[in-house]
Amino acid sequence: MPTAQQVACEDVVMFVNAAIASTAQREFRDEAGAQRMSLGFLHEYVLGNYRELYAATLALDINHLNAAMIVTNLLRHASAAGDTQRAKEGKLIAAALRGMPPQRVYGVFGELRRLGVNNRRCRAIVRDWVAGRPDPAFDAVKYRRSLSVAARHAHLSLPGEVGTALFDWRRPKRYDTPILESWRRAHYEQKALYELPYTVAEGLAARHGIDRARFLNGIAPRLTDLERIRLQSSAARHQAGAVAIDLATAPLTRLAVYVLSLPRPQRAARRDELTAALRSAAARAARRRAGTWGRVVAVLDDSYSSAGSAVKRRRPLAVALAAHYLLEALSAEYTGMWLTHRGDPLLVHPVGTTGLGARIVDALEHRPDRLVIVSDGWDNAPVGQAAEVLRVWNTRLDPAGRTSIVHLNPVYDSDSFAVRRLGPQVATVGVRDAEDVAALVELARFPTGRAGFDALRTHLADRVERFLAEDTQAGTQ
Amino acid sequence: MKRIDLAGLTAAPAQTWGAVRLVPLLRDEPVTGLRLHADVHDDGELSIVQSGRRRAYISYIPHAFVATRSAEGAPAAAYGTQLHDPAVPAESDCIRLRFRGRLTRRENRGRLRFLPLHLAMEGYLALQFAGPSVAWQEWTHQAVAHGLSPRVEASYCGAAVPGLQDALRVFEIHPGQCGMVLYVADALAAAFVVPHPDDYRALHPSLLQDFYGELVYQYAHLYPAVNDFSVRLDETRVGSLADLRASIVESQAQWEEFHRVMAGGLLDAEDLSFTKVNRVGRFTLSRFRPAFNPDVDNHIGETITDEAGRLVYLKTFRLSAAQTRRGHLLSQLAAHDWNLDETARALGADRQALTLRLDRAGFGHLLRPEVIDHSRAKARAASRR
Repeated sequence: MPTAQQVACEDVVMFVNAAIASTAQREFRDEAGAQRMSLGFLHEYVLGNYRELYAATLALDINHLNAAMIVTNLLRHASAAGDTQRAKEGKLIAAALRGMPPQRVYGVFGELRRLGVNNRRCRAIVRDWVAGRPDPAFDAVKYRRSLSVAARHAHLSLPGEVGTALFDWRRPKRYDTPILESWRRAHYEQKALYELPYTVAEGLAARHGIDRARFLNGIAPRLTDLERIRLQSSAARHQAGAVAIDLATAPLTRLAVYVLSLPRPQRAARRDELTAALRSAAARAARRRAGTWGRVVAVLDDSYSSAGSAVKRRRPLAVALAAHYLLEALSAEYTGMWLTHRGDPLLVHPVGTTGLGARIVDALEHRPDRLVIVSDGWDNAPVGQAAEVLRVWNTRLDPAGRTSIVHLNPVYDSDSFAVRRLGPQVATVGVRDAEDVAALVELARFPTGRAGFDALRTHLADRVERFLAEDTQAGTQ
Repeated sequence: MKRIDLAGLTAAPAQTWGAVRLVPLLRDEPVTGLRLHADVHDDGELSIVQSGRRRAYISYIPHAFVATRSAEGAPAAAYGTQLHDPAVPAESDCIRLRFRGRLTRRENRGRLRFLPLHLAMEGYLALQFAGPSVAWQEWTHQAVAHGLSPRVEASYCGAAVPGLQDALRVFEIHPGQCGMVLYVADALAAAFVVPHPDDYRALHPSLLQDFYGELVYQYAHLYPAVNDFSVRLDETRVGSLADLRASIVESQAQWEEFHRVMAGGLLDAEDLSFTKVNRVGRFTLSRFRPAFNPDVDNHIGETITDEAGRLVYLKTFRLSAAQTRRGHLLSQLAAHDWNLDETARALGADRQALTLRLDRAGFGHLLRPEVIDHSRAKARAASRR
């Protein structure tokens, strides 16, 4: 492979990894500012050099923050693209916006307004997205400020009473749209606020001085799934029984975060329930891939650094825990190895050093078909031992590559503009949600130089096609 | 005992962050008879500590340690951090002063409270504190009558050392860790050993409140980062996974050896002079000071040892070059009964050079002004010639 292509390949894979893993929040070792700046630079760099591939990344499982950043950047620098490229980007942007949570999309619109990006194409994108929303009146209540910003910026004409509710809300004595009427009444009447979304009702409840426990019990039917899982400890504190979650429907990584938020005695007491929930979530995530991976051994990092930061509490550990259950579902025969923890994985706790090297040797003794390492890559006991073990393994003990080794890294390292790698021979892939692991492993063949730049392009084009097809399918349903 | 012996403690691989390298020390078997916990004082106040009759030691003291002796072998838990009720403060004009009693105090049977490092520092400051033993005419009346008082040394709080806070925050504590050797720009800055892993866990943040020498502060500013020493395995000798495991074990042994070289300045210092300060049961609290050889590292510190001489607690402070020189000059003067000519001969210099050296080291006020003036004039005349 020519050097230029190899560099391009590395750059794009580096960017994809970052776009999957980084949330520009504080990590264990990096401050939020450093993460934000580093990620911002990476976006500018890839946009400037590989615009086509930059847009195509929207089709991968990148996180919402990065999807929003990509959309904003593409619209900001639209003049740099030709007509055909712009048409292609337009489709990707529309599909990506439809897949993102509404608050993120409104965030993009607000950012466009702040940057003064306003042209016909931009306005059309905003118009189409708002028109595609199932209930504009609901948005006018829940995302009131954001919708009004978007409407003013893109000169939207809003249907029926929505415009009135946003811009002339003092005049009407009553609304005909039920949710707008509830919203009006909730300002005066306590009962009406239980018909509103949780985020809106919470503020009004505080204004009415409603007791927290009563409020939580009343609002419970209106909670979204993520709000429900987030409110668990608060509900337990106030003994609001109505907020109980149905563990059977929660997504795997969220569930792992929730499990790790419980104190260890509680985890031990609810062991069967929690384990069953994690197993079923993993089975749902694995779907038809279940049992197809052969003999898998995982080395999972439970060192102190997997405690994450105040804003991402135990996130790396939760990813490792979720990966443990997912790999169990994906493989025919599975062994999970924690660095310090022994026994039931449910009780894992972030403590100790990251001695990956010795543990990898333990793992390789099982002679697995696949070795998966979930770690932030700070191999420090001693430094670089994991890289050496893997190098010796690759050169001396398994030159044919019978065992495929992949390193999943949930932490973006702002200094190196990438997720930290264990060594040049091992593919490192960024990971945010363990559910995506099966898809991410496909990407793992690119960074080691085993597959070329053309293969990467083809792979991305393929993913884009699939992404757009899925989007039209979802649109027609 | 003449030297620091880290027997029973093994060095684990270092973790680096910026210019700071932290080497954890592990104990195979924790010491159960003695526990330490921190006793945090209200911050921002100067403390006066009584250190003998008509002597006072003034310093900023953020925390004290309490050593608790439990029944032999009985299970004991760490006390964790405890807040002390402020004692009745003595109001002065602008700075609040607090009287801490003595540097070490028996709180009750089996409990001893002591101020970490201050014990060692006081030992260093009190060196030849009484002043000239023979009233040679070169020394001022003040020096002969009142000694070196007031004797002042400066040090830096750990929080002021750039990068140390982050390095301690991201450090991953070993499950069995009982100590830490701290290097800044690969210069040994401090060593810290406690009896039990739980104590270490509780006292790890106190490393940030300790004080460090000038050298540590400057190195942390001047050196942006130290290199990690990565492991190299020899792949030609590996034919199976068992070989691979063996070469990992071998590299650990190399690491141990390497650490002995790194910490040589402290561990190989031969003629440390130890002074016993206090005893709790079978444990002895003592402080040590080096021989003040200006050519090597000089560490002062304090230790607790059990009856077999095994190290249970250790805390050290690295003296800066200037501090070492001061210690060296004072010990040399004392060794020759404060006679300038004899001391100068012992140091391989003449009387005039020694006078100027004393002046530069901050002891000019001990000599009569005309003695210094005379030396300065001679030095000027020599340089003109």
